[in-house]
Amino acid sequence: MTKKLLLHFKKNDTEKPIVYRLVKDHDLVVNIFRAKITPDETGYLVLDISGEEENIKKALKFLKSENIEINETDNGIRWDKDTCIQCGNCLSHCPTDALFIIDRKSRRMEYNMEKCIQCLSCIENCPFGACSSICFQ
Amino acid sequence: MKTYEDINKKIESGKAVVLTAEEIIDYVDKKGIEKAAKEVDIVTTATFGPMCSSGCFLNFGHSNPRMRITEAWIDDVLCYSGVAAVDIYLGATQLRHNDPANMNYPGEFKFGGGHVIEKLVAGEKCQLFALSYGTDDYPLKEIRTLFDINDLNQAIMVNPRNCYQNYNVAINCSDKTVYTYLGILKPKMQNLTFCSAGQLSPLLNDPFYETIGIGTSVWLAGSRGLVYAEGTQHSPTCQRGENGVPIEGAGTLALTADMKKMKKEFVRGASLKGYGVSLSVGVGIPIPILNENILKYVTVKNRDIEACVIDYSHDYQHKTGKIITKVNYEQLIMQDDINILGKKVEISSLSSYNKALEITEILKDEIKRGDFLISKPSSSLPKNQSVRGLQIKGKKK
Repeated sequence: MTKKLLLHFKKNDTEKPIVYRLVKDHDLVVNIFRAKITPDETGYLVLDISGEEENIKKALKFLKSENIEINETDNGIRWDKDTCIQCGNCLSHCPTDALFIIDRKSRRMEYNMEKCIQCLSCIENCPFGACSSICFQ
Repeated sequence: MKTYEDINKKIESGKAVVLTAEEIIDYVDKKGIEKAAKEVDIVTTATFGPMCSSGCFLNFGHSNPRMRITEAWIDDVLCYSGVAAVDIYLGATQLRHNDPANMNYPGEFKFGGGHVIEKLVAGEKCQLFALSYGTDDYPLKEIRTLFDINDLNQAIMVNPRNCYQNYNVAINCSDKTVYTYLGILKPKMQNLTFCSAGQLSPLLNDPFYETIGIGTSVWLAGSRGLVYAEGTQHSPTCQRGENGVPIEGAGTLALTADMKKMKKEFVRGASLKGYGVSLSVGVGIPIPILNENILKYVTVKNRDIEACVIDYSHDYQHKTGKIITKVNYEQLIMQDDINILGKKVEISSLSSYNKALEITEILKDEIKRGDFLISKPSSSLPKNQSVRGLQIKGKKK
């Protein structure tokens, strides 16, 4: 199975080799989308982890034991449907169709978090600020 | 066959038959032109997209002591104060003071006049900072105060140009990214952008301005407004398709309405990276079905409306007139990508078809409820004129 995680590191936790531990100790395949890890600052890591369900469970337990905040429902990119005017300017800029037209007749937009690879081009392109990143600094 | 008065009587008695520009297409297909022209009273049209030619006049009322404002900023956005003492004009594209613009290319343009207008309509507090030289009758020289739209005597939106009949489709043939008012264009024709509501758009449903003229009542962001003049750059003498529908910019409308009655979701500031600030405003215009000919025009379909694909890396800047190809709005609205010169090009839009559709429905409901009456134009829009360019005269420096 694969799980998308958004990890938040506290100020003093940024120097631990977390990814190494996930691979070495828990036999997981790691795919990092975006990370900011700077000494003496809070940090984040957005990644997919793939492997046996049991290993993923143990890995999550390990992350918690390391005082890392785990967010499994948010990947760090937010699309606010009320701020979106449904123009579709983002369509040609989103490389994975994470932002897409769900109803062609009314050209209504939708966002599929699973497909998002965190390239941030929607943030750069949206004239109305409908897309934002909770980690973007 | 019908008059404006006949239709208004039906609206007042709650019996008007109103369809949207989308619904009328199938309706006429089923019933035929002759029967439908008798039955249908009004077709609602709409558009919702960025229109830089937007702004508003605000009247602040007089402070004590009085002040004759000569310089003014709202939320650090410069306003034009060369009007009367406490009247000012705020333009949608005005940047915020100290915005680095394109010095940090491409600039982000996070906030400007369009955003202030959005805040005002949303009822949010804004800051006025105003200066004056002081006069005997207007002694105050400086004001800094918070206000919202309810504190103003008047807040009147003006769009000297809105509802562009049709518009260019922008593409970039160069090998570097181009930042434009039609969005970000990737190099080597990777994407294109368009900006029209196609078959919903007001002037595409009335290509020869038979019902839309000066004095026509319009729905401007939820407020009842009107067409006060031909729009700037109104250029009806243009290339048209066999159905009479322009395939380039063509006609425009100058609109105005009371901003205090507007709905915030239809007035949105826009930040166009590398270009600047703008304002998107929702417009709805009812077309009275006075005769079969007018009905025929409102049955226009996306596939029958063409637009010109223009290279915004060179040909737009230098007015070469070169058209790469023509495409139709069915392709632009219904497809994710389109073939241009043998290359698959992804499609983006700056205009919201979804919101335009919503406006056609809102206006339909308002008319059906008897809340929105139509008005006969006091004069027609010019039908024969084209747009002039600016000749740069004098010694070349």
